[in-house]
Amino acid sequence: MDFNRKEMDLLAIKIRKNILRTIASKGTGHVGGSLSIADTLAVLYGCVMNVDPADPGKKDRDLLVISKGHSGPAMYAALAARGYFDEGILDTLNKNNTILPSHTDRLKTPGVDMTTGSLGQGASLAAGAAFADQLNGSSNYTYLILGDGELEEGQVWEAALFTAHRRLTNLITFVDANGKQLDGPTDQVCSLGSIEKKFEAFGFHVISVENGNDTRQIYDAVMEARAEKELPSVIVLHTVKGAGVRKYAEMENCHSTTVNREELEAFYQELDAQADDGGKGTGKEA
Amino acid sequence: MRRRMMGEKEQERKHKVREKSMAGIKTSDKELRKVFAETLEALMEENPDVVYLEADLAGAIGTTGLFRSHPKQAFDIGIMEANMVGLGAGMSVKGKIPFMHSFGTFTSRRCADQTFLSGCYNRANIKLVGTDPGITAETNGGTHMPFEDMGIYRSFPEMTILDVAEPHLLKEIMKKMAGQYGVMYIRFPRKGKICYYEEKQTFEIGKGVILREGTDASILASGVEVAEAITAAEELQKENISVRVVDMFTVKPLDEELVLRCARETGAIVTAENHNKIGGLGSAVAEVLAEAGAVPFLRIGVPDCFGEVGDRKFLAEKFGLTAADIAGAVRKVVNKKGS
Ligand SMILES: Cc1ncc(C[n+]2csc(CCOP(=O)(O)OP(=O)(O)O)c2C)c(N)n1
Ligand SMILES: [Mg+2]
Repeated sequence: MDFNRKEMDLLAIKIRKNILRTIASKGTGHVGGSLSIADTLAVLYGCVMNVDPADPGKKDRDLLVISKGHSGPAMYAALAARGYFDEGILDTLNKNNTILPSHTDRLKTPGVDMTTGSLGQGASLAAGAAFADQLNGSSNYTYLILGDGELEEGQVWEAALFTAHRRLTNLITFVDANGKQLDGPTDQVCSLGSIEKKFEAFGFHVISVENGNDTRQIYDAVMEARAEKELPSVIVLHTVKGAGVRKYAEMENCHSTTVNREELEAFYQELDAQADDGGKGTGKEA
Repeated sequence: MRRRMMGEKEQERKHKVREKSMAGIKTSDKELRKVFAETLEALMEENPDVVYLEADLAGAIGTTGLFRSHPKQAFDIGIMEANMVGLGAGMSVKGKIPFMHSFGTFTSRRCADQTFLSGCYNRANIKLVGTDPGITAETNGGTHMPFEDMGIYRSFPEMTILDVAEPHLLKEIMKKMAGQYGVMYIRFPRKGKICYYEEKQTFEIGKGVILREGTDASILASGVEVAEAITAAEELQKENISVRVVDMFTVKPLDEELVLRCARETGAIVTAENHNKIGGLGSAVAEVLAEAGAVPFLRIGVPDCFGEVGDRKFLAEKFGLTAADIAGAVRKVVNKKGS
């Protein structure tokens, strides 16, 4: 449970490498939203969640619901890095008969606990799981990751009302606020205004993370959320879509794009160079 | 029905039929999404009341330019499909004719109640566009692979359902959609390139098109299965089984007259659709045939299961949607005719 900056940054780098490798195996995929959430997955799988890669179905495990299910490659990258399955399997993304589909599927992939892909639905699923834990008096946490574009789905706010009303403090929600959705900047498609103020108005304890690609800041936010016993917490991560790899961080629209196998080695070097500085100057700063 | 030996006359007739058959399947240089974007633009130019609402998939369907070129008619409203259908229905009460797009899963399942109540029950005038039906969702996988969209909507009164996979048909039918009042749902694959119609071909919503004549059986197909049906018919021709192929692109209202005519004239029917066997074209045809007194009949469709990621060929084989599957079904119904 202790936080080790160096370890977490290395895990985040490993996850990013795995994401790129996974998508390169198919040639194309949801690059941007996978890279932006890599640091959060490193922290959750590295030192926060009560899970056991050797026993993915462990009864008293914490759940992670990645409601932006198109970031499946990030989940697979993290799960493989933590040993849920062989890293070689990453090269089967979206191939015939794969266990790694575009969108996360709890019946297909060891370590995936909720099926998502239709944006908005993970919010209710996570609230439902946390509500059941509350009813059962279980001490487990449910972690929910929403996209910022995803916040446009009304279902997210129905779930938020319920979560606040039931005081589901065992549900910790993250918003991957990378500022972009499929068709471009969220501000241009459908402005969200202040995500923080909206959740506050819905009755949440709001934690705004200035650099949502910084493992230290993410970890501190999670600890604050877990200490909060009155209101459910939301952690608004101000991230960069495509974070960690300059090519994608600077791309106008990297939502779904190509990764060429030939580029992998250079990307790996770029990532390795970030091991000591937390990724400064590599498009990871929000 | 009595088994007939093939007489000389019939041989001759079949030969003629063969000559009358369509040239076959060609590949277009334009993807269907391009046809969609161009036709939509033309419709908006022609009629200022035609509007386009998009739920954050303009990048996927290639319509981004329309927001700039037609800022008073084309709008990317965000990821809110249920809200979109409600908005469109409201706009239509004020005289607008909204075309609304997302993937087929989201313009059917995700907004079914809004389509039913704000749309159909409210007698609104909205045009729902659902791309990548069934197996054409390919790597988007089971969450994005609608095998149920037509089934859901077929039980909605006054709903029109169009299953299209051909550029000329798409273009012409979009014009009809804009011109005819009512709630309509069209599904087509974004990247489809297969074509089999000539420029002069005309279409009516609710009327099937006989693409190829035949006497032993009819294949009533829709969407991407039409091309498979043509291929199956060509294969069967080599075995001297003469098959009529009908493009039943309107799944609702079904061209019942043509279904009955095919039953009468060819004595055996196979349906083929890129959809669950339950609820779509096969069910619609079965209902008509059963009430009229049955002829040998089989359905080609997805065997009531969920989709998954994979390429078109893999998925078509897995779910039994290939030309060979259709041909196999035709052989069975033709054999049954004699027994
Ligand atoms: C209900 C629904 N509508 C549309 C889509 C298609 N879609 C997939 S990702 C996406 C954009 C999501 O943007 P955001 O939530 O900001 O994700 P991120 O930036 O983290 O990738 C869209 C529209 C979907 N998966 N589900
Ligand atoms: Mg985003």
